[in-house]
Amino acid sequence: MTIASFLTQLLELAIAVALAPLLVGWVNMCRAWLQNKSAPSLLLPYRTIRKLFMKDAVVAQSASPIFRTTPYIVFGAMCCAAAIVPSLATDLPFAQAADAIALVGLFALARVFIALAAMDIGTAFGALGARREMFVGFLAEPALLMVLFTASLISGSTSLPTIVDALAHRELAIYPSLAFAGVAFTMVSLAENARIPIDNPSTHLELTMIHEAMVLEYSARHLALLEWASALKLFNYSCIGLALFFPFGIAAAGDWLALIGAAPALIFKLAIGGVALAFIETLSAKLRIFRAPEFLGTAFLLAVLAMLVNLLLGG
Amino acid sequence: MSAIGPPVGALELVVTIVAAWVALGALGLVRPHSLRFVSRLIFPAGACVALLLTVIAFLSLDAPPQSLVMPLGLPDLPFHVRLDPLSAFFLLLIGAASFGVSLFSAGYFRASEGTPPGLICFQYHVFLAAMASVVVADDAYAFMVAWEAMALASYFLVTTEHRIPEIRRAGFLYLLIAHIGAIAILLCFGVLQAGGDDYTFDTMRNMTLIGAWPTAAYFLALVGFGAKAGLLPLHVWLPEAHPAAPSPVSALMSGVMLKTAIYGLLRVTFDLMHVQLWWWGVVALALGVATALFGVIYAAVQTDMKRLLAYSSVENIGIIVAGFGLTILFRAYGKNLLAAITLTAVLYHALNHAFFKTLLFLVTGSVLHATKERSLGKLGGLIHRMPWVAWLALVGTLAIAGLPPLNGFVSEWLLLQAFLFTPSLPQSFVNMLVPLAAAGVVLAVALAAYVMVKFYGVVFLGRPREAHLAYAHDAGRFERFGLVWLAAGCIALGILPVNVIQAIDPVNAMLLHSSAISAGGGNWLLLAPINADRSSYSPLIVLVVIIATVVLTMRIVHRFYHGRIRTAPPWDCGFPLQTPRMQDSAEGFGQPIRQVFEPFFRIERHLPTSFDAAPRYFVRIGDPFWSWIFLPIAHAAEFAARIVGLIQQGRISVYLTYSFFTLLALLFFVR
Repeated sequence: MTIASFLTQLLELAIAVALAPLLVGWVNMCRAWLQNKSAPSLLLPYRTIRKLFMKDAVVAQSASPIFRTTPYIVFGAMCCAAAIVPSLATDLPFAQAADAIALVGLFALARVFIALAAMDIGTAFGALGARREMFVGFLAEPALLMVLFTASLISGSTSLPTIVDALAHRELAIYPSLAFAGVAFTMVSLAENARIPIDNPSTHLELTMIHEAMVLEYSARHLALLEWASALKLFNYSCIGLALFFPFGIAAAGDWLALIGAAPALIFKLAIGGVALAFIETLSAKLRIFRAPEFLGTAFLLAVLAMLVNLLLGG
Repeated sequence: MSAIGPPVGALELVVTIVAAWVALGALGLVRPHSLRFVSRLIFPAGACVALLLTVIAFLSLDAPPQSLVMPLGLPDLPFHVRLDPLSAFFLLLIGAASFGVSLFSAGYFRASEGTPPGLICFQYHVFLAAMASVVVADDAYAFMVAWEAMALASYFLVTTEHRIPEIRRAGFLYLLIAHIGAIAILLCFGVLQAGGDDYTFDTMRNMTLIGAWPTAAYFLALVGFGAKAGLLPLHVWLPEAHPAAPSPVSALMSGVMLKTAIYGLLRVTFDLMHVQLWWWGVVALALGVATALFGVIYAAVQTDMKRLLAYSSVENIGIIVAGFGLTILFRAYGKNLLAAITLTAVLYHALNHAFFKTLLFLVTGSVLHATKERSLGKLGGLIHRMPWVAWLALVGTLAIAGLPPLNGFVSEWLLLQAFLFTPSLPQSFVNMLVPLAAAGVVLAVALAAYVMVKFYGVVFLGRPREAHLAYAHDAGRFERFGLVWLAAGCIALGILPVNVIQAIDPVNAMLLHSSAISAGGGNWLLLAPINADRSSYSPLIVLVVIIATVVLTMRIVHRFYHGRIRTAPPWDCGFPLQTPRMQDSAEGFGQPIRQVFEPFFRIERHLPTSFDAAPRYFVRIGDPFWSWIFLPIAHAAEFAARIVGLIQQGRISVYLTYSFFTLLALLFFVR
């Protein structure tokens, strides 16, 4: 591990942590435009986080230490995940310590902790949110893993930088398996990031909420960290999608010139991705919670199909 | 490790340990009603013996095989014992897990209506001794004697509370299925012996089976050991016997005894037989995945905490057997390196399961003692009352849910890596099939997280659902020691995978003549099965980075802002009248899974109508295998018995008439 690759690693992590709220702001802005509303400021998520950090934290009497440490653990897990996903460069020393399967494991770690914290207070909404979150996760997690398996069968590796290297430098051919995997991945990302059609990020106090139900009891700095972590999660998923399906512009190891170009490329790709997400959210309606298994089951089957297609056609 | 070398006469020491366990147990019979004597003296002594066994087994992992003929057994039919890497690995598992359980038991048993403590102690130590004997036995005779001793000792332990009819019934079911399995194992050894001179495993190793005989032996072993392990459809005893047994016994049975069945499968398939056919692997793989999915789906809807864990054991055994099938598949196609990696995953998962499942079963014991409740729907909020148990249970929960950086994740990671290697197999049919199995395994693992969140959340988090939970007390000193040992094992196995894999690699060398680490490009920090470019994982680094991020975030937040905190009643959207009963019950938490998999369950439901004066609601979920397989067999047996019963009139004159006619018939034949 050289100093240069270590610096790349830190840079990438810093960019992820810094830009994640911006991506959320951008998606919200696009959605407001599409819905003919006047858009909130692009920097609103930053202001919200700052405001929350300054407030006094209120914690329920029945809370255990799990409740108070969970925001930090979730944030830490998301930072780790951000350090693995090659968004700018593939020269990531930390990615050796955790591959694609471990990435899914980190997401699962965050999910389990946030669900436990939601059950910790002992309110009806918290348990409801935890139950639904785990319910969505039990289908979404395998589907995500299958998508990553498809990519790792193509590249012969489960290490994300190697996968991206292999996908970025292949000859320009259409991989039918990647098409299936792409659709599956999009569906999983919507579900995992609490987006329409599975969940609605902009509502509170509905019986249909999932993510919001789990964080109801949180306030101030704890809530700020959870919001930041969920922004990071969206950022991470977007970067995984970009890295797997549009791996262009990601710098290879030791290529400093490409690294300078990689940041604008990433921002450009994320901006387009944000618009696409806003379109999907505006054009679709939220599903009832018991329709969610159909949606996610489809994603899972598509991902398995992608793997089989890959084995059948060899690409 | 090789620098230390095997202890001189390791096998003799192991035999001595077995004898010591039996002797300690017998000592318990001296004062069978003295709880103090048994729990303060004998159980801790038994734990020390277990620790010694762990050390010896660890040191002899990479030693050459040693064997011994015991001066025991029938005339001309002595017991043979042997210590090779495979038995050493399983001895290690038995020793390490039972050390924790014995410590816990020292503080666990109370005076009760059932079996007196001294007798429990005897049965317990005979059970341990029998499990250790199973894995060192080197002939079919000794193996079957040990196997039966294990089954009987555990049967008596399951029926400790033998005054309760349900518990006697559960024990009988267990005994019945154990014996169906034992018959299959006996037949399997008969096939393997193939008319040789004697029944030693050496003779079997030297036999070459021809035609369909290897297949017959393999399937007899799969049925026989599968019955003990809890493979579909012979799993039905697990969810009955585990809740019936005292918690340390459930822990031993689930964490350790099921592994002796895995030992038997490995011994028969890879050591005693020389051929492995690829389709055996496919069968085991399919059976394993089906078992895993079935187990975890049923675990998700259970309301009794021990039953939930029992179904979760079914799931884990399914995953282990799926890995076993994959090992056969690789081995049959001559991919010994891949087979070694898969076998490592299988052994690793067996070891992990021994730690976390034992831990969780012991935790249910502490909860049971503190609250007298086994039903999840009557617990809650115990983290405030029982912090030791709750925090140690959290380790077990995260481990069994397969989360990094704990141990459950490592073995699942290895297994998934193994699944990804299948495209190198020559047969395209198998190549297509195996990813489907991988999808099944992944689904089971993801559902396991759901199950464990339910288990932990409902038992330890939230608010107490019953008033008397406010008086729950934490575990005692000995119980804590036992739990801490097992939780520490989960963490150590999780963050030091490379050392563990190196330690169990001699088993690969012995069974597959291959090594899982020779080709790996990793170092002690980095686990890399084939090479670091292909895949690598380092839990220690992941752990350090997560902790560093968490601590750094905490420091930054507190430095730049403030650490002020207020406590208040829960908000819950401002909903005013909330009671602890409004939290999700166990049924409620499992309800989405029940709804999705409704066709797989046999559901008995009672819904109140709007006119009910005293509305009642219940849902009971039964195991469909009862009505598919076991009840028809039971009915057929009853029917046959009724037919035979017609000739039993209970009057002596009728019987004398039978004798008369029998004599006449005999006279006619021998005339």
